[in-house]
Amino acid sequence: MAPFEPAALPELLPVFYRRLFPHGPYGRWLGYGGVVKNYFQLREFSFTLRDDIYVRFQSFGSPQELERELQRINPYKIDIGAVYSHRPNQHNTVHLGAFQPQEKELVFDIDMTDYDDVRTCCSSAEICSKCWTLMTIAVRVIDRALVGEGLGDAARPRSAPQQRPDPHHHRGKGGAGGERGMRRRPAGSRRGARLGGTPQPVPTPSCSPAVAPAEDLGVRHRLWVYSGRRGVHCWVCDDAVRKWSPALRAAAVEYLTLVKGGAETVKKVNISEPVHPFIRRSVSVVEKYFEAYALVGQDILGTPESWDKVLALVPEDIREPLRGEFPKKRDSVQRWELLKGRMERTRRPGGPGRGTACYADWEIMLQYCFPRLDINVSKGVGHLLKSPFSVHPKTGGSGGLWGQHPTGHPPTAGRGTPGRDSPLLQVAFRCRWICRGWTSLTRSPSPPSAPCATSWMRPATTGSRRRAGRRSRSGVHGVSEDGDGTGTGGVVPAAPLPLSSPTPPDYKKTSLAPYVRVFEQFVEEMERARRGELLRRSDLQGDF
Amino acid sequence: MEFSSGRARLKQGRLAGDRRELYPHSLQFYLEPPTESISLVEFESFAIDRLKLLKVVENLGVSHVRGSDTYKTKLESELRKLKFPYKALAEDDYEARRKDHISHFILRLAYCQSEELRRWFLQQEMDLLRYRFNELTDGLRQKFLEHVNLSFEAISEDLKSELANELCASTPGLGMIKVKEQMFYKVGLADAVDLFRARRVFIKDGFAYVPLKEIDAIVLNNYRTKLSKALALTARSLPSVQSDERLQPLLNHLSHSYVGPDYSVQKNTGKISLEQIDALSVKSYPLCMRQLHKALRDNHHLRHGGRMQYGLFLKGIGLTLEQALEFWKKEFIRGKVDADKFDKGYAYSIRHSYGKEGKRTDYTPYSCMKIIMSNPPSQGDYHGCPFRHSDPELLKQKLQSYKIPPSGITQILELVKGMHYQLACQKYFELTHDVDDIGFSLNHPNQYFAESQRLLSGGRELKKELSNSGNSQQKSNSQESMNSSSTPTSSNTTADAELEGLEAYFTED
Repeated sequence: MAPFEPAALPELLPVFYRRLFPHGPYGRWLGYGGVVKNYFQLREFSFTLRDDIYVRFQSFGSPQELERELQRINPYKIDIGAVYSHRPNQHNTVHLGAFQPQEKELVFDIDMTDYDDVRTCCSSAEICSKCWTLMTIAVRVIDRALVGEGLGDAARPRSAPQQRPDPHHHRGKGGAGGERGMRRRPAGSRRGARLGGTPQPVPTPSCSPAVAPAEDLGVRHRLWVYSGRRGVHCWVCDDAVRKWSPALRAAAVEYLTLVKGGAETVKKVNISEPVHPFIRRSVSVVEKYFEAYALVGQDILGTPESWDKVLALVPEDIREPLRGEFPKKRDSVQRWELLKGRMERTRRPGGPGRGTACYADWEIMLQYCFPRLDINVSKGVGHLLKSPFSVHPKTGGSGGLWGQHPTGHPPTAGRGTPGRDSPLLQVAFRCRWICRGWTSLTRSPSPPSAPCATSWMRPATTGSRRRAGRRSRSGVHGVSEDGDGTGTGGVVPAAPLPLSSPTPPDYKKTSLAPYVRVFEQFVEEMERARRGELLRRSDLQGDF
Repeated sequence: MEFSSGRARLKQGRLAGDRRELYPHSLQFYLEPPTESISLVEFESFAIDRLKLLKVVENLGVSHVRGSDTYKTKLESELRKLKFPYKALAEDDYEARRKDHISHFILRLAYCQSEELRRWFLQQEMDLLRYRFNELTDGLRQKFLEHVNLSFEAISEDLKSELANELCASTPGLGMIKVKEQMFYKVGLADAVDLFRARRVFIKDGFAYVPLKEIDAIVLNNYRTKLSKALALTARSLPSVQSDERLQPLLNHLSHSYVGPDYSVQKNTGKISLEQIDALSVKSYPLCMRQLHKALRDNHHLRHGGRMQYGLFLKGIGLTLEQALEFWKKEFIRGKVDADKFDKGYAYSIRHSYGKEGKRTDYTPYSCMKIIMSNPPSQGDYHGCPFRHSDPELLKQKLQSYKIPPSGITQILELVKGMHYQLACQKYFELTHDVDDIGFSLNHPNQYFAESQRLLSGGRELKKELSNSGNSQQKSNSQESMNSSSTPTSSNTTADAELEGLEAYFTED
């Protein structure tokens, strides 16, 4: 059987929390610079222990105390909750109504399960490289709305060659999947773009007439995290945003939601004029992926059954003619061209026979590709969300493993394993990986090849045995600096390990390193911004 | 009348002389509670009048488009009749302003007690304020905005012309020319929640660009935030008010007169066996629950929203906790969930909804209003109100498959189109139970179930009820076809009946 049965966790977790978990940056993150007194102490943590024992309302006096506790109880899962009015571990001592959640990061949860009606390759918790594109789109759409695209970035032609082509990833000519992500924006480029002020004409896709690349929500600090199994989380950490009311959080999700309706609604996207800039900009993001993902990958117009599903979203008077024409066309791409042409005709200003403008082509693109956020996770200030760097203990039963996996274990097909083209997904025990913005996410062409338990353990163990910290550190730094998001650890042979606390931190010698590095950069940038803000304030006071 | 603490009493001493100062505007956000003493008689009559008013606001909102001329005229005449400030007229409506102020605070006490009550009260008060704010003249509006600290700075002409295209595309109903004329205000997102949510304004860099004509949304947003916070606070300090034996029964009666029973008291617990459920789902379930039940039977699973809506309904019709656990488990283990996973993952939340876990709140079944207004279904969800949340085409097919006659379907779809979802459901009840006029206004799925059961069990219970609840059956003969304009009247009459009962109660006292 697979070595990552939950039964193996008790042995692995102590190593993880002692040697790999990035306690330092983690504590700095949640301390938020100590600007607000007791911010860390008032934060709720919840742990899932062995046998699904769930403990809520844990809180700690300091990051060090949290570290000790993690190493003591070795939780299977860590959830982060709100910052409360009183210390959560003392919530029983205050009057029931007085214990209230006050602040929390604004979080978004995008879950692949919510796309089941528009995926043909997988369903529920399964994901493969085909449908993972949906997550890439989701991150790029939401991230655009949160922080915007750097002006220079968007203006640059999309021509960079693909690094590391992946045979599993279907990418058509339009797929701009990775290129942008490969450049890391120099720090402060966004600010420059904003101060520059005047929107310059930017080459934009056909559907959006000269829209200045701009952010809607004007957020600065956000962290994207692979949720461990079938989706992504986003943590928005700006000081002001953490104070948002539930109503405002819900409003943000609704603003960012275009796909509406449950099982009893067929047409889930409805666009009418005037078309809000948010919709236009989102369409122009989705458009870049649509052909490669939906037309080629999912082949949504491939068979009469599947195109009927699409045609159901088209107004009746256009539907029937298209149904007649479709069989004559060769493939999904051609059929889409036809459909799109018809729709564009209705939107041509003053064109002949112009009735009401119809956006069915946009609506279809959005219904098939636009991010689907879970409002309930974002709305409640007190809602818990799995922490970054919390492991994902996949519950028993489906622990298949990849054949070429460093451990060399034979592939075992488990219940509910996805197609063969996504071996990495079958790793039973994963760290959640992280990226700031969509850089790493879009860079990795296939579903997140999150480092799995063995791939951390191996280098970690060897590293500690050799105790050749200095020498190997420089090499590891190289790895993290070029920011390889695919996880390269696990070539060194395994060895038994002593449970000791090493210096330098062991994660630097593992495939976890790049993710920790991204996380550290995120924390550092927040700290920089905080210092800048303090400086600005003291300057202002000086003026008076 | 004393509302709160000794501090209020102190204040009263100072303010007693010139209370007129309290009401510089006909409109207010009700920030300060009244501090004068009033008689119990006045207390009661103020409360009843405001309740009447809010009832009217509710009924008008159901039957007319808010802000339309009929809506305005009717509301104005009601305000006049009940002697509330109806126009921002001269200075001499002190009495009306005072009544407005005090009655608002009395109902706050009565309507802070549960989420359902708060939701209702908030909704009606918001509608009332919206109407009254829009009736103000420009000058008065400006004054009021300043008074409540909501004056915003308009954006410069330069910035406006720079953003003109986007402002135009973001603001429905504003053409290019209008954009040029209107003032736009740069407002923080928190102040423009509703406009932000609905994408009705341009959003950039964390700010909303709000045109003057939408400024009422900001006022309302601000009002709602304040009022809901105040209601929560009031609820927390309620125990001290309730200890006053003169007030407690009165306040309770006031709140019950609106929502009726909340179906939390299970007189019929344990009267239903699990075997009956399939049959009941066809005969006596409202459409929303029938849909959920079918989805559950088909998929052997329901997502959280569906489990809550259906689970609490089942609780309301009398399933015991043990029955509920059995019911859900039996169905879920036929699907992808095994018994162990059910016990770990789902059983907790069922016990939770029966008040056996966590903070031990005994949850009440969802009302129509809650189902229609909150938590709309999303992918893979079957909950919500089928009249509100289904494609009309699918709804039509569904009704056809349930053998509703075509004329009935047309009527239902008409009501749906006019956004009268509860009336549509009422119509569905009438068609499936073969009655012409159900003689009550439907606002709760469990009410639907109870009424259906009563009708179907027929005989003596029904007769008894009929003699009690008046002659609705007789009336219905003359009302051959019921359309949307006549229904509000019927719900009006029910409301009046309730209020009369209320008055009777008070006079007895």
